[in-house]
Amino acid sequence: MARYILQRFLYMIFTLFIVVSVTFFLMKLIPGTPFNNWEKLSGIQRHILLVKYGFDQPVPVQYAHYMINMLKGDLGVSFQFNNTPVTQLLADRTGPSALLGAQAMIAGAVIGILLGVVAALKQNTWVDYGATFIAVIGKSIPSFVFAGLLQFYVAVKLGWLPVMFWNGPSYTILPTIALAMFPISIAARFMRTEMVEVMASDYITLAKAKGASYWQISFKHALRNALIPVITVMGPLAVSLMTGSLVIEDIFGIPGIGDQFVKSIMTNDYPVIMGTSILFAALFVFIILVVDILYGIIDPRIRISGGKAK
Amino acid sequence: MKKSKLSLLLASTLATSMFLGACSSGSSNNSSSKNTSSAGKLADKQVINVLESAEIPNLDSVMNEDVLGSEILSQVNAGLYRLDQSGTKVIPDLAVGDPEYNADKTVLTIKLRKDAKWSNGDPVTAKDFVYAWQRGIDPKTASPYVPYMMDDKIKNATAISENKAPVSSLGIKAVDDYTLQVTLEKPLPYISSLLTFTAFYPQNQKYVEAQGANYAKDASHLLFNGPFKLTKWEGTAADQWTLEKNADYWDAKDVTLQQVNFNVVKDPQAAVNAYTAGQAEITPRLASSAIISQYQGSKDLMQYLEPSLWWLKMNENNPVLKNLNIRKAIGLAIDRKAYVNNVLANGSVEANYIVPKEFAKNPSTDKFFRDDAGTYLQTDKAQAKKLWEQGLKELGKTSVTFTFVGQDTETAKKEEAFIKDQLEKTLPGLTVNIQSVPFKIRIDREDKQDYDIIFSGWGPDYDDPMTFMDLFLTGGGQNHMSYSDPKYDQLVKAAQTTLATDPNKRWKALQDAEKVLLEDDAALAPLYQRSVNILVNPKVKGLQHNAYSDFSYEWVKVYK
Repeated sequence: MARYILQRFLYMIFTLFIVVSVTFFLMKLIPGTPFNNWEKLSGIQRHILLVKYGFDQPVPVQYAHYMINMLKGDLGVSFQFNNTPVTQLLADRTGPSALLGAQAMIAGAVIGILLGVVAALKQNTWVDYGATFIAVIGKSIPSFVFAGLLQFYVAVKLGWLPVMFWNGPSYTILPTIALAMFPISIAARFMRTEMVEVMASDYITLAKAKGASYWQISFKHALRNALIPVITVMGPLAVSLMTGSLVIEDIFGIPGIGDQFVKSIMTNDYPVIMGTSILFAALFVFIILVVDILYGIIDPRIRISGGKAK
Repeated sequence: MKKSKLSLLLASTLATSMFLGACSSGSSNNSSSKNTSSAGKLADKQVINVLESAEIPNLDSVMNEDVLGSEILSQVNAGLYRLDQSGTKVIPDLAVGDPEYNADKTVLTIKLRKDAKWSNGDPVTAKDFVYAWQRGIDPKTASPYVPYMMDDKIKNATAISENKAPVSSLGIKAVDDYTLQVTLEKPLPYISSLLTFTAFYPQNQKYVEAQGANYAKDASHLLFNGPFKLTKWEGTAADQWTLEKNADYWDAKDVTLQQVNFNVVKDPQAAVNAYTAGQAEITPRLASSAIISQYQGSKDLMQYLEPSLWWLKMNENNPVLKNLNIRKAIGLAIDRKAYVNNVLANGSVEANYIVPKEFAKNPSTDKFFRDDAGTYLQTDKAQAKKLWEQGLKELGKTSVTFTFVGQDTETAKKEEAFIKDQLEKTLPGLTVNIQSVPFKIRIDREDKQDYDIIFSGWGPDYDDPMTFMDLFLTGGGQNHMSYSDPKYDQLVKAAQTTLATDPNKRWKALQDAEKVLLEDDAALAPLYQRSVNILVNPKVKGLQHNAYSDFSYEWVKVYK
């Protein structure tokens, strides 16, 4: 297992290197500059700014500089947020996005898995149809529509919760619900399908024949096996949730990372584009590794140890 | 000023930072919230909550290039002059009275108040101005905006910003602690309004140098000398901050408001929801006509014309657009009334001019530039078709295709589709290919002149028609369409030089130049002058707005 993780870790470093390099060169292909009043500046003033930020150098040289600084932990400073170090920006802004994403993910996974299991156990009853209906709604209506509706009815009309901003736990409830609808639907659908299949398999029949109780069969034997596909899809979904949603953050006035990432691309804020890409990519490869390790814990058949089955 | 702020307001949620506008006054004063009627009693709590659509990108007055940055700076700091409550008149702030001029109006002597203080207790002196101005123009500082504001205006600014003269040669001198002497390159009729701009504000040398790289990092690394102090601002990425009344401001007795709490909201509908729920008294600008129409006629809606214009630029490097009849046809073909009423539907007005309405008063008659100027290129589809066919004949063509570069926001795309439809339906044989691109790329395409027709605009940098009229000089930095007419050049240059001290003749020359540009040459096709729409709680009165396109809270009062 340790060797496997080490090997995977090296692959992760390599993947990150590729992502960073490709992003860097793609980013340099975007027309325009990160400077705001570029069109007003004279040639000499433009030159002064380019030299100050090293943009007068050929792109490969800039790339080398960036890579060296990155290894030293220096991701540069933002242009849109006047000279704020990118590392600080990411640190400040990742918090709210990650908290919101984690809440939505946990709520989504728990509710979704429960819905899926119940639907599978009560197959073709009104419970099943109800759960499927919720799943279809959650999958087909975008989160910003839920966000808008929740904000208008729950906060503005009923006044039960704050309309927006980020001043404490009560402020996280509406955005969490809006964000959780999608993971709920995904978890519920996968769970139901898998659960139905597992419940029909031979070893469940065997367990029944051995006289195991209904609850033991459902939750000890069936659930564990049915979780595999759910975990496969939920891993990457967790990354995308925790790295922030532009629209949800905008609607609820949350100082998160999603909005800032999109804005950095729109304004050619090179250091922020790079920093955010690195963060997203690192989280992504990390979650994939975690998912692979989880497989082994959940399903002994997938356990990897030098290729030998235990 | 590039019309980024307009386009970006169209862009709503994806809005990036806005460019600095003007140093000027002169905007409309017919908005509802200007109502200063004394009816009603003041509320006990003089506190308001304001929603902003973006974070403050910079609060170092010599590095800032953003409208919001300039708005906040002018609340917490004071310069020589300030715009009054109407937003149109220049009044002394740290200066005592108007500047005294020498005979040819190139040297100004300005006396300073002796009772102005920084928030660390230091007095504000003439040396603070000299320091800030020199720091701003110093190429080592690499300020993105100060050189633009000073070049060709303040003596030696251009040479210094291009590293050809020492910083100390800048045309500003502290005669004594409370007397400033400013030397100009040439007489500037609009100099006192230019000096209201935050790029000309003072800085405390001792403090700035002691902070080093931390200067202006957050609220605790700034000094204040204006009507308010900034608190709770954790830096450029902060999404909330607060202004508190500065008891040490020399004019503190005229400031009623105790506190302004700001929060950033990027989604316009969400901002309206927060306003409706009573979480805020003032919203950011509303761009969507759907939202605006809900509030049309309501006491909450504050609507006024901004001195900013949108137009179509035509690239004369394209031989077809070099043809005068073709350009005139395009200028005449678009139904601007339908454009502002049906497509924009936000109070914007059709423009048959370049210098906006309710902008730049003639100093000798006190009338706005537009009031005695003409209108040009009035929509005339029959005439457009005739000129178009004539133009095509001259070129020996039966059909042409133009690349039309516009922006990729929802509202802008609607506008572009409308323009395409109007042009193609009026001008036979024309195909318009729309390319909707993000803001930065549109600017880049204009800069590189990579378009046939481009959707573009401009807002003022100071309170004078020159801020629009010098844009299209032959070879000018903002021309970007290869337009050149010696007649136009001569009129504008005369207004800049020989006529600078004769307001009436200067005005006439600029009005004639506008006529040459539009009526004789149809160099570009003006489209509309934009209006601003925000929601203001009717209990909040005295909000000032100005041609910088920003607001001042100095005179705000909350009523019961």
